Amino acid sequence: MLAIYKKEMRSYFINPIGYVYTGIFLVFSALVACYTTLVSESYSTTQYFTYMIFAFIILIPLLTMRLFAEERKGRTEQLLLTAPVTITGMVMGKYLAALTLYVSTVLISCINFIPIYVIAAAERAGNSTEFTHIGPVTAQLVGSVIALLLLGAAFIAIGTFISSLTENQLSAAVVTIGVLCAMVMLNLLNNITDSDGNQIIGSYVIRAVINWFSVLSRYYTFSYGIFDFAAILYYVSLILVFIFLTIRVYEKRRWG
Amino acid sequence: MIKIEHLVKNYGSFCAVDNISFSVESGEIVGLLGPNGAGKSTTMNILTGYLSSTSGKASIAGIDILADPLGAKKLIGYLPEQPPLYLDMTVKEYLNFNYELKGCTLDREQHIAEVCDVVKIKDVYNRVIRNLSKGYRQRVGIAQALIGNPKVIIFDEPTVGLDPKQIIEIRNLIRNLGRDHTVILSTHILQEVQAVCDRIVIINKGKIVADEKTENISRAVENNRRFNVKICGPSREVLAMLKSKPGIAYAEVLAERDGDAYTYTIESEYGVDIRKNLFFSLAEKGWAMIGMEALGMSLEDIFITVVDKSEGSDKNARRDARRSSARKTRTGLEADVAGNLYRDAEARRRAAEEEALKNNAQDQDDDY
Repeated sequence: MLAIYKKEMRSYFINPIGYVYTGIFLVFSALVACYTTLVSESYSTTQYFTYMIFAFIILIPLLTMRLFAEERKGRTEQLLLTAPVTITGMVMGKYLAALTLYVSTVLISCINFIPIYVIAAAERAGNSTEFTHIGPVTAQLVGSVIALLLLGAAFIAIGTFISSLTENQLSAAVVTIGVLCAMVMLNLLNNITDSDGNQIIGSYVIRAVINWFSVLSRYYTFSYGIFDFAAILYYVSLILVFIFLTIRVYEKRRWG
Repeated sequence: MIKIEHLVKNYGSFCAVDNISFSVESGEIVGLLGPNGAGKSTTMNILTGYLSSTSGKASIAGIDILADPLGAKKLIGYLPEQPPLYLDMTVKEYLNFNYELKGCTLDREQHIAEVCDVVKIKDVYNRVIRNLSKGYRQRVGIAQALIGNPKVIIFDEPTVGLDPKQIIEIRNLIRNLGRDHTVILSTHILQEVQAVCDRIVIINKGKIVADEKTENISRAVENNRRFNVKICGPSREVLAMLKSKPGIAYAEVLAERDGDAYTYTIESEYGVDIRKNLFFSLAEKGWAMIGMEALGMSLEDIFITVVDKSEGSDKNARRDARRSSARKTRTGLEADVAGNLYRDAEARRRAAEEEALKNNAQDQDDDY
C-alpha cells in the first residue's frame, strides 16, 4: 500500500496534473479571498468557503480522474493486481495519495486568512471598545476548514469510484463533475418555490430525505462554528461507502 | 510447483478455459502453445491471481491462489502480454517501485543491479520508459517479473513485436532463467517453444489438445514421410506413375519448374521407405531425379492438424455428447500424426475423463 501511495504521489508531480491542480487552486482561492474579504471589506468568510466548494467540483476530478482510469488504459493495473498487495491496499494507497495532495493544498490556502487577521488586529488596536468583536470568528473559520476537508475527502472518494469504472480519464472527470454538481445542488431543490411562494416539493418527507442526502446541509452546521459529530459520521460513511464500492468494482472484474 | 486442476473460466456464456488440468515441476520450462483466443492468457491470468476461475483449482507450490492470494503472488513474477509499464517513470523509478510493491527483502541496490545485468538494460537505467524502444520496454517488463527473485516466472508472449536478434536474446535469457526458476511461457510461435521449452502444452478453444515433452514432438517431426522430389520428364505421365506406385499414399505436382523438371510432393504410406524404390523405377523410365528434399512433419503440420481436428470436433460436440466426440477426435488424431506422440496424453486424458465421469455420475443421473 505504501509503495502505491508513494508512486501516486510521485506521479502527481512528474505529470503536469499535480502542478495544474495546486496552481489553479491556490491562485483561485487567493483571488476569491481577496474579493470576498479584502475588496468587499468584510470579515465574513462564508462566501469564500461557498466559492471553494464550487471550485472543488471542478478541481477534485483533476485529482481523481487518472487514479484508476490511467492504470486500466495502460494495462498497468495487471501489475498491481498480480503483485502481493490486496485490492483494499491498492485502493487505499491511491485514495490517500489524492487525499494528501488535497489536504495539503487546503492547509496551504489557509495563508489567505493571514491578511484578514492582520487587518483585524490593526483595526482592534485603533478601536477602544473592548466588547465588540472585530475580525473573523476563528471558530467559524476552523469549522469551515474542517468541513471543507471532510467534504473534499468525500468528493475524492466519489471521484475515485467513478475513475475505477472507466478507462477514459476525460469521461471519468466529466461524470465526476456531474455527480458532484448533483450532490451539491440537491438541497437547492428544497428551496425552489412556485409563484405563490409554496415550495415545489410539498412533501416534508421528501424534503427531509433530500436534506439527508445533501452534502451541503451538513456543511452549514460547521460554518456556524458548531462541531457536529453526526456530520462527521455522515462524511466518513460516505467515504467508506465509495471506497468499498471501488474495491467491489475490482473484485467484480476479477470474477467477471 | 504449479498445479492446475479442472480449471474452468466462463465470460458470460463464452467458455474461455474449459476444464484444463496440468502441472509443472520445479525447474521446468513449459510452453503454452495455441492460436489467438485459445485461452493461454486467461489461464495465465488465473494462475497469477489477476482473474478468478469459474471453477477448478490453481496452486503455486501448494498454495491455492484463491485461498491465499498474497502468499501465492509472492512466488510469482509475471510479464503480461502487454508489459505493464508506467511510461512516465524512468527505468530506475519503475524497478524501485516494483521492488517496494513486491515487498522485497533482498539488498535493494545489489538486487536491482543484478536484474538489470541479466536483462541488459543497464545503459537505459536512467531513461524515461516512454522513450524506450519496444525491445527495451519488453526487457524492462521482464526485469519487473524478475524483481524479488520469484520461484515461478510466467511470460505471456514474451517475444511478440521484437526483431529476430532480440527474439534470440530473449529466448536465451528464458533458457538461462530455467536453470533456477520454474518458467511458463505462452506463444503461438512453434520454433520458440521448441527452442526454449522442456515441455509443450497445446491449447485450443480452451482445451488441452496435447501435453508432451518437447523431444517427443521433435521425434515425431523427424519421422519423415513427405518429400519434395524434382524429376525431369512430362509432368502428367510422371504424376500418373507416382500415383499408381505402391507405397505412395499421395502425390501432387507443384507449380515450380526448373528446365524440364517439375517438383512433386509425395507422401509415403506409414512405415514404408520408398526412396530407393522410387529412384530405380524412375531410372527405368529414363526420367532423371535431380533433387530430393525431405519435408518431414513440421511442427506447423502437427500444430495445424491438432488444432484443426479439435476445431472439427467442436462441431460434432454440439451434436454428440461432449465426451464421446472428444475421444473420437483423439483416435483421428492418432491416425493422422501416426506416432506415439499423443498416446500418453490420450491415456492420461482418458483416466482423467473416467474419473470425471465417476464424479459427474450423480449429476448426470439427475439430468436424464
